[in-house]
Amino acid sequence: MDLIPVLLGVTVLVFSLMYVAPGDPAAILLGIDSTPERVEILRHEMGLDRPFIVQLGLYMKNVILHFDLGISYRTKTPVINEIVSRLPTTIALTFISMAIGVLLGIATGVISAVKQYSWIDKITTIFALFGVSTPSFWLALMFVLVFAVNLRWFPVSGSYGLKYWVLPTLTLGSQAAGIVMRMTRSSMLEVIRQDYIRTARAKGQTEWVVVMKHALRNALIPIITVIGMQTGFLIGGAVLVEAVFSMPGLGKYILEGINNLDYPAVQGTVLVIAFMYIIIMLAVDIIYGFVDPRIKSQFIAKTKGA
Amino acid sequence: MVGLYLLVFLILVAICAPIIAPYDYDDQNQEKAFKFPNREFWFGTDNFGRDILSRMIYGSRVSLQVGLISVGFSALVGCTLGVIAAFYRKCDNLVMRVVDGFASIPYLLLAIAIAAALGSGINNLMLAVGISTIPAYARVTRAAVLTVKETEYVEAARSIGTNNFRIIIRHIMPNSLAPIIIQATLGVGNAILIASCLSFLGLGIQPPSPEWGAMLSGGRIYIRDYWHMTVIPGVALMLVVYALNILGDGLRDALDPRLK
Repeated sequence: MDLIPVLLGVTVLVFSLMYVAPGDPAAILLGIDSTPERVEILRHEMGLDRPFIVQLGLYMKNVILHFDLGISYRTKTPVINEIVSRLPTTIALTFISMAIGVLLGIATGVISAVKQYSWIDKITTIFALFGVSTPSFWLALMFVLVFAVNLRWFPVSGSYGLKYWVLPTLTLGSQAAGIVMRMTRSSMLEVIRQDYIRTARAKGQTEWVVVMKHALRNALIPIITVIGMQTGFLIGGAVLVEAVFSMPGLGKYILEGINNLDYPAVQGTVLVIAFMYIIIMLAVDIIYGFVDPRIKSQFIAKTKGA
Repeated sequence: MVGLYLLVFLILVAICAPIIAPYDYDDQNQEKAFKFPNREFWFGTDNFGRDILSRMIYGSRVSLQVGLISVGFSALVGCTLGVIAAFYRKCDNLVMRVVDGFASIPYLLLAIAIAAALGSGINNLMLAVGISTIPAYARVTRAAVLTVKETEYVEAARSIGTNNFRIIIRHIMPNSLAPIIIQATLGVGNAILIASCLSFLGLGIQPPSPEWGAMLSGGRIYIRDYWHMTVIPGVALMLVVYALNILGDGLRDALDPRLK
């Protein structure tokens, strides 16, 4: 499958990125003790003085065969362990925000499309556009300001209980909802004009069934693609939200890694996130195949014919 | 049209910055620090006593500069790649695989990684934002060029012996411009957002240079008591990106052939 070259390519890309980053890892590790001779010895031990291709090959071999993403410069423990311990937080954040966004977005999108040009439509469209245009960290800070500082309904940071999750997921969810809502609205608008909708109405179907069963089902296809792409955006946004709300997830880990020049950590995390994203896109494609009856029938015809 | 007016207003503000800004963005005045918006300082002052209004005005310059230049760079590289991929079908697979490789990392993450690798500073910021948004332009251009390539006038040009380069420049590019323009308009807003995110994280523009995201980050610790330091840059960011999005949407509605 053409997934493999992309995965390999991403690994090369991420490694090259960290390779060109300024700062000598050996010198950083030694810190105050460093003299030119000791730096040289450490570089040789770490394999940093070998040619780029050799280093790249070694790294890729480690990643692919042993899932070994290297040792963190800062904590001297394997990067993969630290990533695994932080992964659940980020995944939970992403998926809950996604769920909120999708539910809100599709609901408002459908209502907007059905009652086009009404005041509901206008207001939700404006809100959706604001949701897309607002920087997520600012929205997060505004939520903190209003809900945590002034109204004292929710706590400001941490992630130790259900209450702590409300603000971060709402922040990310609103942004996702904006995009999903716009896509739903335009997709539904296109579908509603179709002839089969008119037929359904002529048959005497209730409006509810017409909208939900016929229109929405057919409008879902581009929406699913957008949802897939949104996950990638949400993962990136999770970095910012984790920074604002101090949640112990991958986003914060990357930021700490960057600030401490902990290149293996950053490298490994970006790689893991990229892999997850690719797998999600793949899953979206597969779901696509099940949802769209045209693709499904093509698939069935192919397997039967072969 | 609202988007267009807002944008023009913003550009004018940015260009006339030295004339209209009441104070220099660097003017520190410790006794007047932490003031809320009042008659002397229309937007109030920040923790160093600098006038926020002036910093906002100078910041608009920075944001616009970053937005326009990074989109320009991105569009240039992306469109070239797209044209090459679509026109020379043999390289299509290779080029698009490389682009897909870049695209499989969420663009915010990619921008963060590139900015971290290159270091801080406005030039590196523009480069980071530019590189992370290349895939969109490549894909859009490739799709547009693929469509235009099959039209009859291109076939006619080819049959009278026009060389490839001329065909691309004179026939294919002008007719594929519409989606690229739409992408670019929306892209400027996006670029400004990414740039402010990076500066918020400390990766882009460093203080004392005024940039709205950095101002937000700087004001964050004082949010409990002096919320104006964070609210004002954020509102500005929101309005600018909103204006650009409205403009882009309007352009898309006007130029989309399906709605004609």
